[in-house]
Amino acid sequence: MLRRAARKTILFVVAVFAVGCVWELYKVIGPVDGGSVFGWKIIPKASDRAMPHTWDMIARLLEPENRSGGSPIAVTVAGYSWYTLRLAAVGLLVGGIVGIGLAVLMARWRIASRAILPWVIMSQTVPLIALAPQVVSWSGKIELFGWEWPRWASVCALAAFLSFFPVAVGTLKGLTSVPAASLELMETYAVPWRVTLMKLRFPAAVPFIIPSLKLAATLSVVGVIVAEISTGIRGGIGRAVLSYQQASTGDAEKIYSAVFGAAALGLALFGSVVLLEVIVNRNRPREAT
Amino acid sequence: MTAVVLNSVSMTFNPGTAREVNALDGIDLSIAEGEFVSLIGPSGCGKSTLLRLVANLVEPTAGTIIVNGTSAGQARRDHTYGMAFQQAGLFDWRNVRRNVELPLELAGWDRGRRRERAEEMLALVKLDDFADHMPWQLSGGMQQRVAIARALATHPPLLLMDEPFGALDEMTREHMQAELLRIREATGSTIVFVTHSIPEAVYLSDRVVVMSPRPGRITRIVDIALTGGRDDDTREDQAFFAGITEVRESLRAVEGYHSHGGVDDR
Amino acid sequence: MRVARLASAVLPPLVWGVAFVAAWEALVRGFDLKPYFLPAPSAIWSAFTDNVGLVRAAAFVSGGNALVGLLLGVALGVAASFALMRSNLLNELVSPLAIALNAIPIIVLVAVFQNMFTSTSEVPRRLMVMLIVFFIVLVNVAKGLRQVSPIHLELMRSYAATPRSVLVKTRIPNAVPYLFTAVKIAAPTAVITAFVSEYFGGRQNGLGYFIPSNFANSKNAVAWAYVIGACLLGLTFYLVSVLLENITSNRRGKAPGGATT
Repeated sequence: MLRRAARKTILFVVAVFAVGCVWELYKVIGPVDGGSVFGWKIIPKASDRAMPHTWDMIARLLEPENRSGGSPIAVTVAGYSWYTLRLAAVGLLVGGIVGIGLAVLMARWRIASRAILPWVIMSQTVPLIALAPQVVSWSGKIELFGWEWPRWASVCALAAFLSFFPVAVGTLKGLTSVPAASLELMETYAVPWRVTLMKLRFPAAVPFIIPSLKLAATLSVVGVIVAEISTGIRGGIGRAVLSYQQASTGDAEKIYSAVFGAAALGLALFGSVVLLEVIVNRNRPREAT
Repeated sequence: MTAVVLNSVSMTFNPGTAREVNALDGIDLSIAEGEFVSLIGPSGCGKSTLLRLVANLVEPTAGTIIVNGTSAGQARRDHTYGMAFQQAGLFDWRNVRRNVELPLELAGWDRGRRRERAEEMLALVKLDDFADHMPWQLSGGMQQRVAIARALATHPPLLLMDEPFGALDEMTREHMQAELLRIREATGSTIVFVTHSIPEAVYLSDRVVVMSPRPGRITRIVDIALTGGRDDDTREDQAFFAGITEVRESLRAVEGYHSHGGVDDR
Repeated sequence: MRVARLASAVLPPLVWGVAFVAAWEALVRGFDLKPYFLPAPSAIWSAFTDNVGLVRAAAFVSGGNALVGLLLGVALGVAASFALMRSNLLNELVSPLAIALNAIPIIVLVAVFQNMFTSTSEVPRRLMVMLIVFFIVLVNVAKGLRQVSPIHLELMRSYAATPRSVLVKTRIPNAVPYLFTAVKIAAPTAVITAFVSEYFGGRQNGLGYFIPSNFANSKNAVAWAYVIGACLLGLTFYLVSVLLENITSNRRGKAPGGATT
């Protein structure tokens, strides 16, 4: 077990290193000003402005944001990531609860499943993230029971909207995948539906819910970042990506600090779901799916 | 000529490691052309391994195996045996006819001959009306018949069967056994048959090879002397019961029979 | 019988949808909501019909990027999954990378691509779509090529089949449904990615530019008209991919197990 984990970790580091090597190799052989194939400008520019050296990207992490003084940019970016992470976590939580709730509803009543499921599927095939500016524009204009709807809540709502779908579909699949024999057993006990749900359907659905939560975690992060960018909310990593990109002419390495921050944030939320998985599955046989 | 000769064959999996398993030890067996031989024994006695050795799906650690007068590997490359497994193992993206054609394709037959032979084989297993069906549209017993037609498609002199009826219900199973004997009558194939079921082994076989586990050894070979043709009446014949009793007693003598209990008494 | 079944499949979502739009309209009229807060469906519809040419042009830009990226991503993903099948080491190197990339919001790489390529072209956006589609296809098709039933492999061995025959007659047919499942997941994702990529700057010609810019100018009904265009685009991609999947899976009578994104 441990040896396999160590091997996987080493291979992962090797893979990341190999990507860096390909990057540096291209910088040696690639044209500085890019190029075109059949009129398409698809040959990347190999200049230091377009593709900085990998070691410069890492060194940049230790320099201050505006190169004039203050704490290293790594610390600044960590702050942005932390802000975005909190919004994404709330979005995932809300999306998860809504997704599981909808799944229970659909598992309970066939008519609910037939009415809601097509809309649930359709909601994901259309780029509803487009509505970010509209939803955020409601901030400060809606009051719920005396609680004024803040801007960050709009961002969380969008993240929740993106992340509820895989959870709803995954949970529904899990709740309805219970063997008929087990359902008949519960019927012989003459227990109400609620008991069957808690004692049988939910435990059986766990192997389906966890992978859907992993997917939802990534989607929630993407949702928050995109909402931040499209609405211009400051303080999070999405805005940092945009403003660092605009500073690329003079400071090409800066953008990569934000990219690393976004990657770390994605892995952090994903990792917390993996942690949940380990806790939930501690008494289950491995490879349930 | 003898169809299969095994000469002091041994098989050890994962030799030299902590997971070393001595699956077969010193197996000597020869099977005559046209003979029906069943291999029976508790779980883990190596009967499936023995069949896979004959099929050259695994190589023995010691000993020699002659199949149809050549080495087992050559027999496999020459397509001189057909094989059927417990699961039918049909390709679900091919219809019934094209499943039967598969070994012929791999042997390089042209389209017209392939089709002709596939129709012939499907007629043999009485599935000619289902040639254009997809596998999922057939019942378990029908799927298994397609698998047998596929195994026989190249007219191999030897048919190797690994618990082919193990997943079927009792009624279908008895029907399939009768069908298999009818097919054997028509083709004259030599058949080596692995099973868990004592009545199945006795009903089908000329000889029943009883095996013991850990390491797998042949403990006894029971000759079955059923007079005349075998039909449904055979199952109520005195000789049939005598055969069952003899095989069962041989199995009881096998060390570990009770603790493993892998044999069906049906 | 068929009509009744079709009605029972279409009616509940239709009733639900009509009720939703009606409630929306009633809400806007009843509370006299200002258009910059939430436009009424009727206002959105008239904005859509007034601007249908502009919406179509913007949808073609975003849709074109999505389509080019999707096709390239599928082609490269299939090619790479064959390479992974042949080399165990490559598989062990790429698989953890693919999992890690799945966990991170790689959409931010658009910002990097804009530095690497001419930022006023569609290349960075198409590249982004391609990259995301590539990993979806790679993971699924590689699974289909590898997870062949052991019985089929044993059967092919009993026929002394060459590695080439095993590939052509067993592995590739086994992977086909996995490919179409991947395309079904990738197609709507391609549209959303193409669209979101436009948020990071560059040319101002697609849906991803016009929706926020119209919201910013308080032309909410027009922005919503572009949203309708985006919805139609996403649905088209999804329905075509579902159709493609149905053509293959109908013959087999069952879907392949466990598709992953």
